[in-house]
Amino acid sequence: MDVPAIEVRGLSKRYGEGEAGVDALKGVDMRIAPGEVVGLIGPSGSGKSTLLKCLGAVIEPTGGYMALGGRTVFDGGWKIRDLRSLRRDNIGFVFQAPYLIPFLDVTDNVALLPMLAGKSNREARRQAAELLEALDVGHRAKAAPSELSGGEQQRVAIARALVNRPPVVLADEPTAPLDSERALNVMRILNRMAEQYRTAIIVVTHDEKIIPTFRRLYRIRDGRTFEEAGEGRAT
Amino acid sequence: MISLAGRDILHHWAKYVFTGVGLGLLIGVTLSMAGIYRGMVDDAQVLLRSSGADIWAVQQETLGPYAEPSNLRDDAYRAILGIPGVAEASNVTYLTMQIRQGERDVRVMAVGFEPGRPGEPPFLVAGRRIARSHYEVVADVRTGFRLGERVRIRRHEYEVVGLTRRMVSSSGDPMVFLPLKDAQEAQFLKDNDAIVNERARTASNPALNRPGVPGLLDAILASQTASRSVNAVLVRVASGHEAEQVAENIRRWKHLEAYTRAQMEEILVAKLIETSARQIATFLVILAIVSAAIVSFIIYTMTLGKLRELAVLKLIGTPNRTIAAMILQQSLGLGLIGFVIGKTVATLWAPYFPKYVLLLPGDAVRGLAATIVVCAIASLLAIRVALKVDPATAIGG
Ligand SMILES: Nc1ncnc2c1ncn2[C@@H]1O[C@H](COP(=O)(O)OP(=O)(O)O)[C@@H](O)[C@H]1O
Ligand SMILES: [Mg+2]
Repeated sequence: MDVPAIEVRGLSKRYGEGEAGVDALKGVDMRIAPGEVVGLIGPSGSGKSTLLKCLGAVIEPTGGYMALGGRTVFDGGWKIRDLRSLRRDNIGFVFQAPYLIPFLDVTDNVALLPMLAGKSNREARRQAAELLEALDVGHRAKAAPSELSGGEQQRVAIARALVNRPPVVLADEPTAPLDSERALNVMRILNRMAEQYRTAIIVVTHDEKIIPTFRRLYRIRDGRTFEEAGEGRAT
Repeated sequence: MISLAGRDILHHWAKYVFTGVGLGLLIGVTLSMAGIYRGMVDDAQVLLRSSGADIWAVQQETLGPYAEPSNLRDDAYRAILGIPGVAEASNVTYLTMQIRQGERDVRVMAVGFEPGRPGEPPFLVAGRRIARSHYEVVADVRTGFRLGERVRIRRHEYEVVGLTRRMVSSSGDPMVFLPLKDAQEAQFLKDNDAIVNERARTASNPALNRPGVPGLLDAILASQTASRSVNAVLVRVASGHEAEQVAENIRRWKHLEAYTRAQMEEILVAKLIETSARQIATFLVILAIVSAAIVSFIIYTMTLGKLRELAVLKLIGTPNRTIAAMILQQSLGLGLIGFVIGKTVATLWAPYFPKYVLLLPGDAVRGLAATIVVCAIASLLAIRVALKVDPATAIGG
């Protein structure tokens, strides 16, 4: 395996102090290659969201090591100052709910990210349009988010996560609100994008419909990760 | 980069416009208050300028004739004419009264003047100057009188022969100019019953009604009913003389108080209008606080309604300064909408105020600056909340 997109060793996270503290992660190890789509599964309260937040540099781990694309991000403490720029340039997020910005149209919801990264409005909108087209929502480019169906909104959210071509995409239950066919469609899109852009994608889920699509899975139990082979069924 | 604030304003335009209208009405009231004050100062200056006087000679130890009552004998002006540097001196009377016009009472300041001398209204917008020495008046258009109309002042009917504009007293009452003799009579003459009573009393006084001295009683009665007082003498200074020097001579030799135009302006603006100015200033401060509270409340609640979006914006890498700028711009945008509406309504409703409202461009600029400052301060609370939003909340549990 060449330089992993995500490498995590002995990552821990403790919420709170002393007696009342909760050890949400007790030693997580992960290695994910560019272009790989892996599932992260486990019962409720097992620490899936916590792990995703640590990987996304949204909350600070308590200990351990974390690198993105071979660059050390965390090693007992943050090794990078500007976490917001790190997120903007390296990590795409897809949430259970799409959380689009209601006062921006579909194109600008996606184009906002390249704009924040310093691209011209024209270039940013061009990139957004291209991706929206690839995700089959190009025809809704001028619509307001509130005018879209749930599935369309989720595809726009995926476009937003991918538009800056981040090496890593973190998706927290992205198919939860969707029916079986749409859920599989989202997985098909993620797999295609991963292949096309060499993006490493972690999908947190307990959605039985999509679990068989992963080639590789991490099961999280009691704050620790266990690697499993998946069925890797074609979507 | 697109304007996040602008997009949000467009998305919630109805809310912005409604709040902007409310704020705008407040700002309109604020600008009008300032305009009313400016109007009072301007009225006072017009009053002084249009009198054509350089010096006001009034009763000793009074601030007359506008700020305090003042009474002089109507021959005092002759003595003043003898002072070097005095080009003209004329008697004037001022009396605030109600005049009946059909169904309504009009509150006016009746000015008695001697035609062709200082105190005469300087320009007319309609009609002619007073030509006869009795029973004609020139009225300010604000009285609502029309040319040719007959109005009753005390015992006599007068014909309105001319109209002036912007001639109001320091309390904003429109002026009515009438010949000095008529005005003196209106101000100082007793009513018929009083005259009859007094005549009877005088006639029954044996010391005054002497059989051996015919004509004495008649002379006494005539002097009792004559009106010999005026309120001020207006003095025009000859060129080449200092007003203050002439005023000083009047004070020293004639046992009168004399004010130059600068001193009169000081009395009117600084003393008479000062309380109103403080009242208005207090009002302005309250309105500024109320406006700040409204803007703050609206921006704050709108920010609370966007916490999720703010978390997402932060998560995807929007810098704090972009988020703070967005809220600041929204606040300023609201202020700007309010200011434009406020300036518009203040201009539209200014003519309907009973008093002159003078909207100075300088006051509008100051109002705009104050709006910007108030809105900037009002956005601070919302910015504080927005910056505290945790991006992790976008991901959820
Ligand atoms: N902000 C927090 N403060 C304290 N405890 C938390 C917080 N977030 C999560 N936890 C705890 O950490 C554990 C893992 O939570 P989470 O990562 O949300 O699990 P999952 O996403 O797998 O349901 C749970 O016991 C939860 O109660
Ligand atoms: Mg969770």
